[in-house]
Amino acid sequence: MYSGASTRALQRLVEQLKLEAGVERIKVSQAAAELQQYCMQKACKDALLVGVTDRSNPFREPRSCALL
Amino acid sequence: MATEALHENETLASLKSEAENLKGKLEEERAKLHDVELHQVAERVEALGQFVMKTRRTLKGHGNKVLCMDWCKDKRRIVSSSQDGKVIVWDSFTTNKEHAVTMPCTWVMACAYAPSGCAIACGGLDNKCSVYPLTFDKNENMAAKKKSVAMHTNYLSACSFTNSDMQILTASGDGTCALWDVESGQLLQSFHGHGADVLCLDLAPSETGNTFVSGGCDKKAMVWDMRSGQCVQAFETHESDINSVRYYPSGDAFASGSDDATCRLYDLRADREVAIYSKESIIFGASSVDFSLSGRLLFAGYNDYTINVWDVLKGSRVSILFGHENRVSTLRVSPDGTAFCSGSWDHTLRVWA
Repeated sequence: MYSGASTRALQRLVEQLKLEAGVERIKVSQAAAELQQYCMQKACKDALLVGVTDRSNPFREPRSCALL
Repeated sequence: MATEALHENETLASLKSEAENLKGKLEEERAKLHDVELHQVAERVEALGQFVMKTRRTLKGHGNKVLCMDWCKDKRRIVSSSQDGKVIVWDSFTTNKEHAVTMPCTWVMACAYAPSGCAIACGGLDNKCSVYPLTFDKNENMAAKKKSVAMHTNYLSACSFTNSDMQILTASGDGTCALWDVESGQLLQSFHGHGADVLCLDLAPSETGNTFVSGGCDKKAMVWDMRSGQCVQAFETHESDINSVRYYPSGDAFASGSDDATCRLYDLRADREVAIYSKESIIFGASSVDFSLSGRLLFAGYNDYTINVWDVLKGSRVSILFGHENRVSTLRVSPDGTAFCSGSWDHTLRVWA
């Protein structure tokens, strides 16, 4: 005996798929170009990418010993 | 009675075929716009040089596997949680422990720093997410001010404050995500749709609006509208559990790390997977991923104890970092992108720069 639950679950799935089908999409070429553009714009500020001088990276600077 | 069952069967059958048709149509629509690969577009971009990234700090103090960590907005403090039930707040510059609290459960799988820096949230096998205000009064017992916020019916796998200390987003082994009001503990919105445990979540950068992405054991990554509770986009290309999801800094894409040994990039406006980061030699699952500030680099921690650094645009690996002596379980880049921190089953956390 099938419960109404499987029908309801499938109805929800169908509604969800209809929603997802309706999403507006752009071409991969355009999306990729914009991802690339973002990277290029922000590259100079990306310390892990370009590497900054040891003095401006608190983790790279030599630690001084505190005299107690 | 027999006719009822027959009618039910017909409805189920027609719904199933409608679902299959819609899935097919979705794939068709997505495929139409698949005119090029990301790495092809990136061919003219200059290749990255050699990277010198080393462990700059090692945080020792957990008595068992480190499961999760998060940075404070001050780019210096770190909260971490462990299988031994302890949650520790560290000053990563000095490696000093500033706070420690023992949870009533083991396997504290999730922890997060509040945007104000004044509180932390954590949870795990207790099925809850609790918030602890951070106090510098040495006489105060941190555990005494604990506030239970979220209640799930299975383990808490991930948690994150939203833009303020007032709301928390949670993911659980019970297959749902949920948004909670911290003050009252009230459930504000729940997110149903995953077919199995949800393992990870990430909030979209604030400029992009009210969405978040989640990944689960059903191999799906789902993007949700926080206000309506609706899933707006879903992606099912991984071949195994998705352990980690992280938005690209612009908010237009997100990366995922999976037990299928690959990391993938999904573009939200193209509504499809646009890159796979994998190598034949990488056969262990990726547990945790995060982007560098510009989004050019993807750091991924793996169950084979290594961290692989990927060129997001070109799809190639640019570096492999050794150091941990067991699985890397968690990894986050610092808020200003000057370093990243990894946590491991070897009981330690490492800060790399």
